[in-house]
Amino acid sequence: MIDTNATKSTHRKRAFFLSFIPGVGQLYNRQYLKAFSFIVLTFSFIIAFKDLLNIGLWGLVTLGEQLPRDHSVFLLVEGIIAVLVLLLGLCVYALNLYDAHLNGKRRDLGIQLNSIREQYRNVIDTGFPYLMLSPGFFLLIFVVIFPILFVILLAFTNYDLYHSPPARLVDWVGFQNFIDIFKLDIWRRTFISVLSWTVIWTFIATTVQITIGIFLAVLLNQKDLKFKKLFRTILILPWAIPAFVSILVFAGMFNESFGAINNDLLAFFGIDPIPWLTSPFWAKFALILIQSWLGFPFIFAMVTGVLQSIPEELYEAGTVDGATMLQKFRSITLPLILYAIAPILITQYTFNFNNFNVIFLFNGGGPPMPGQTAGSTDILISWIYSLTLESKQYAKAAAVTMLLSLIVISVALWQFRRTKSFKEEDMM
Amino acid sequence: MNMKRQKLIRLTLSYIAILIAVTIVIYPVLWIVGSSFNPGNSLSGSTIIPKNATLKHYQELFDLSSSKYLLWYWNTLKICIITMTFSVTMIALMGYSFSRYRFIGRKNGLMTFLILQMIPNFAALIAIYVLAVQTKLIDTHFALILLYTGGLLPMNTWLAKGYFDTIPKELDESARIDGAGHFRIFWQIILPLAKPILAVIALFSFITPFADFILAKVILRSEEKFTLAVGLYNLVAKQFGGEFTKFAAGAVLIAIPISLLFLSLQRYLISGLTAGGTKG
Repeated sequence: MIDTNATKSTHRKRAFFLSFIPGVGQLYNRQYLKAFSFIVLTFSFIIAFKDLLNIGLWGLVTLGEQLPRDHSVFLLVEGIIAVLVLLLGLCVYALNLYDAHLNGKRRDLGIQLNSIREQYRNVIDTGFPYLMLSPGFFLLIFVVIFPILFVILLAFTNYDLYHSPPARLVDWVGFQNFIDIFKLDIWRRTFISVLSWTVIWTFIATTVQITIGIFLAVLLNQKDLKFKKLFRTILILPWAIPAFVSILVFAGMFNESFGAINNDLLAFFGIDPIPWLTSPFWAKFALILIQSWLGFPFIFAMVTGVLQSIPEELYEAGTVDGATMLQKFRSITLPLILYAIAPILITQYTFNFNNFNVIFLFNGGGPPMPGQTAGSTDILISWIYSLTLESKQYAKAAAVTMLLSLIVISVALWQFRRTKSFKEEDMM
Repeated sequence: MNMKRQKLIRLTLSYIAILIAVTIVIYPVLWIVGSSFNPGNSLSGSTIIPKNATLKHYQELFDLSSSKYLLWYWNTLKICIITMTFSVTMIALMGYSFSRYRFIGRKNGLMTFLILQMIPNFAALIAIYVLAVQTKLIDTHFALILLYTGGLLPMNTWLAKGYFDTIPKELDESARIDGAGHFRIFWQIILPLAKPILAVIALFSFITPFADFILAKVILRSEEKFTLAVGLYNLVAKQFGGEFTKFAAGAVLIAIPISLLFLSLQRYLISGLTAGGTKG
């Protein structure tokens, strides 16, 4: 009975096509209040955003045509807002199509449509999560997603000191920035040397801090050791002190004229002063030492937690089988530690990859390199900083940011695909 | 006999290694504390235990007419506390709705958060700078609070959602049968149970803005608006060495309260981090 009805009547198609003009489909379904609200919504959307959409989309395409009337960066901002508003409008439009189709289908199947009271309840029930999400969601759009979109667009313009509104217009230049970075000598040389130092820095600094952390945690986990609690508290200290404080203190300690390292420590052992801040090699060396000091306590604390949860029986079984200490460490302790903290280890690598604080606060990325636009200890993120705030190369900085994000996201995605919880049923 | 000797060697070596590590950790701390009591303005010719120890530099910092240090302290605490309040509220709401409701866009929303959490929000440095200049929000604390709160949301929402997932759904259902509304279930039943994770998130959202340097450096321009990180940096960067002892006193006054807070809450922090690590 129902089936024949469904094939014969075509309410759902008709409602769907009628609701190309929002509200008409609902009118056809005789849901007058809903139809009315869709129509009002559509009109107010058009009236309120007509100008914004018009100017915004025009500005996004042209970035302004006339001086002094047009301000390219404002136009770019308005353009992004226009696109976001348009997307929001399209979402509501899609909801309207979906609703008309759904209710048309219910009529086809001969099901009673919801009354106004039921519809109201429905809206409250389905709307509640959206209501809860909206404050955070709007904030995210404005302070996180909006800047990301802006950077992406900026990377394809020529916005820099010489093309800077309001005196000049900014233009779209396609992939020119990326081509410049890889083709122009000075950019290519700088990019390659910064990138390679970033990679070396990330691997050495992170690996050293992880190794020290694990080593000390295992050492302090021996049962017959005394003063464990005191030692642990002291060793966690570098994590407890805010990093910017410690880094600035280290910058003082490594200072060549009054720092304690050259004046007290090395002098005590009779070693000549080392140019920590002016020689690229020693500056890099000092940075790795500092980051090891800053970073190992975190790993140490994590590993200590894991070690305390390893069951004693495993080691007893090892002893029965005649395993030496080293063998027990290699085949029981280490695998368990690595398994438990693998995700944290990877975030440590990505953290150091973007560890702006230690690079900038220690030596400002210096000492300078002749023939390059970056200092010799600059990593990508600190290079982006100086491109933006010092040499005003906004477009180039945006292009470098995109390259950096590409690297970070691909590493992170690779990591999350491997973690088990990603595939779990109810997690998503 | 042999066993005993082996044990002795092992313990001795362990103590030596631990003592070396402890010395390396303690040395910079002692050095900066010593410097802060040093009578001169610079450090030339000073020793780690100063000969004529003085509290002069601490007094200088507390003197409002010549130093903005207390102002920076106040700015930092203000920013941190407001950020904490905002982000805990938003994160609790978002984590709860992602955990309990099945709505259109939920999967995509979670996925977006997962990706956003991977990119540190200062990666969009240029955009933040340019936008702040254009919207006249540069050099305001409001801009910083918004940025910090936004940056904290993705990762911590995942953390909160993971915790809410472990609270049995039967509780919600029985409350609903008893006639409680959506908001009431959240406020009176679930939220009290989620206190541990909310405490961890509150701690994170307090420490993150406190320890941040880069965003504050990009946004803040005038000295009265500085946070501790930027202010302290300027103190050393302006004339390195010239006012180092004053900087040292300032550094000590930051390090002591924060490390005490940290050490007393460290256990909760670690549990929060490991939960986040295995979950997401």
